[in-house]
Amino acid sequence: MKASLEIKDLSVSIGERPILKDFSLTINKGEIHALMGPNGTGKSTLAKALAGHPDYTVTGGQALMDGQDLLALSPEQRARWGLFMAFQYPLEIEGVSIANFIRAALQARLKEGEDFSAGDYYKELYAKMDALKMDRAFTARALNVGFSGGEKKRCEVLQMMMLKPAYALLDETDSGLDIDALRIVAEGVNALRGPDFGALVITHYQRLLDYIVPDFVHVMADGRIVKSGGKELALELEKHGYEGIAQA
Amino acid sequence: MQTPDDSALNLDREKGNFSYDVDYAYDAGVGLSEKTIDYISEVKKEAQWIRKFRHDALKIFNEKPLPLNWAPKDIQNVEFDKIRYYLSQGQMPSRDWEDVPDKIKETFERLGVPEQERKFLAGVEAQFDSESAYSRMKEELAKQGVIFMGSTEALREHPEIFRPWFGKVIPVDDNKFSALNSAVFSGGSFIYVPKGVKVKQPLQAYFRINAESFGQFERTLIIADEGAEVTYMEGCTAPRFETSTLHSAVVELVALKGAKIQYITVQNWSNNVFNLVTKRGWAEEDAQVRWIDCNIGSRLTMKYPAVVLNGKRARGEVTSIALANTGQVQDTGAKMIHLADETTSNVVSKSISVGTGRATYRGLTHMKPGLKGCKSNVVCDALLINTNSRTDTYPAINITGDKHFVQHEASVSKVNAEQIFYMRQRGIGEKEALSLSVNGFINELARQFPMEYSVELKRLIEMEMEGSVG
Repeated sequence: MKASLEIKDLSVSIGERPILKDFSLTINKGEIHALMGPNGTGKSTLAKALAGHPDYTVTGGQALMDGQDLLALSPEQRARWGLFMAFQYPLEIEGVSIANFIRAALQARLKEGEDFSAGDYYKELYAKMDALKMDRAFTARALNVGFSGGEKKRCEVLQMMMLKPAYALLDETDSGLDIDALRIVAEGVNALRGPDFGALVITHYQRLLDYIVPDFVHVMADGRIVKSGGKELALELEKHGYEGIAQA
Repeated sequence: MQTPDDSALNLDREKGNFSYDVDYAYDAGVGLSEKTIDYISEVKKEAQWIRKFRHDALKIFNEKPLPLNWAPKDIQNVEFDKIRYYLSQGQMPSRDWEDVPDKIKETFERLGVPEQERKFLAGVEAQFDSESAYSRMKEELAKQGVIFMGSTEALREHPEIFRPWFGKVIPVDDNKFSALNSAVFSGGSFIYVPKGVKVKQPLQAYFRINAESFGQFERTLIIADEGAEVTYMEGCTAPRFETSTLHSAVVELVALKGAKIQYITVQNWSNNVFNLVTKRGWAEEDAQVRWIDCNIGSRLTMKYPAVVLNGKRARGEVTSIALANTGQVQDTGAKMIHLADETTSNVVSKSISVGTGRATYRGLTHMKPGLKGCKSNVVCDALLINTNSRTDTYPAINITGDKHFVQHEASVSKVNAEQIFYMRQRGIGEKEALSLSVNGFINELARQFPMEYSVELKRLIEMEMEGSVG
């Protein structure tokens, strides 16, 4: 079995409009990839299509997670198998507390006859909240309701840390964060880093990559990757802009 | 984005969906006439004044038209001449579960009633078709002078307490169904709580329909004397029959000076039940009447709990949750009648429409001219699950006078497909995501229910969500 998220010639449309065009990328476990590029090139589309959003139609290609066909699964099955997506705009869920929501997500992963210890759960939840410098009072608050942009993003990272995915797609997790929040969120991602975790970090800015140092950087234009390189590519981008890269 | 599919629902109401063949010793037969009433009166060996009350009511029932100018059209389909109006095994309410006839006892055991009694209740009454089969209250309450019994017994044994208020909060001619109930009423609970007595644990009644084509017409009257407090809860179920069943109760609450009455209903009727109920409370000075009303199931429910605020600083509250599933109409609401200064009313109503279900809020806030310092707050929120679900709001606010504070808010929201996707991305299945958002919608209200009931409510709502996604 291949321990990787392997995207091969993936084409995705929204309605009749093709967005991703023969997109290919392999993320091995243990690697962090950054995906950069201007607005409207298909970065978020890639994340949503992989997560199984029903508005995104796959018109060609494949996505294999550890060798298994990801696209044949429902969104919840993909999640239970270990795929996590941190949303660019996390949704507000009225009346459902953070603690109950994460617990429901964990319980959905239990096999028949498996048990769940509430004591251990809260211990872990509090420890992770402390690491993200989130007030414990947050556990009782309705998920994302009335949260600031930064609080929502921390809450996404908290969910990721609790669900321990094999592969994470972070869709502009840095947008709307000040430097302190950015650092804390990055520490959360770095805490998961290791041989059993692969991630795709989607971002506009080099800034985030100072804190989450990627193994690879890819630049996207018009639905596909136009340039790949090491972390120095992000710095180059910062200097010359996307225009220069796309033409190079 | 695609919304959850609008397919018909296959409801799991299995817990209540069973019935037993019972030999009824007393059966008033099919249809309604003077004879039906005489039969009921004779079986019950009633006083002459009650028999007359019934006959007068029957006349009013026959004269009054159905409220077709505003009521849901399905009300025309109640077949009054095909209903059985009185069925009993001739049982006297027993004080011990062991003495309850076998099939009736088994019914209530399957519904978990004896278990609930042991766990958290101060008293229980269990009605099977027309008559109560079991009635028991903790001894210390009896010692304090609390009365808790069926309508037949109570009118026979304590007419001096109950007769003055019987049919006073809800006059016989209030509406066609209050007249019908007054003609053929049987069962229900009569409660009297003496001055200053505070009943800590709830008293509960369980209403069970067992027979097909049957009408259940219980009558409840609760009197809390000055400074007394009581909480009463009712649960209702019926098996799923092909033919329609009628449940038409009259519930009158009387809270004297400084008294508090809380009345909680969690009903889970099967889809063949017409549920046409009149509920009204009367609140004297500094008294509080609160209705917590949860309507799940039935074919058509029409119910508008009311509070008449007759004394200074009296307070009335209605907290209601209605869930209308495919094929169901929940036409519910609240009426607050302010007749004294500085009275307060508060209505919070949440409705959920699933599939082709239709939930309607119909409310009335009335303040008598010349009053001052009254407050009224009405909030009704509706949640639509599918694209073909429907909700309507008909508030009527009828206020003159000054220095009042009146507020009405209504909102309609749809389950957001992006929210469902968000939850699914976390591994939560589509159905569960839907029930999480529905439970989230009613969470604030459900929290006000006693714990046992909010757990039950959550479970019922999860079952209703079964099959609402495609």
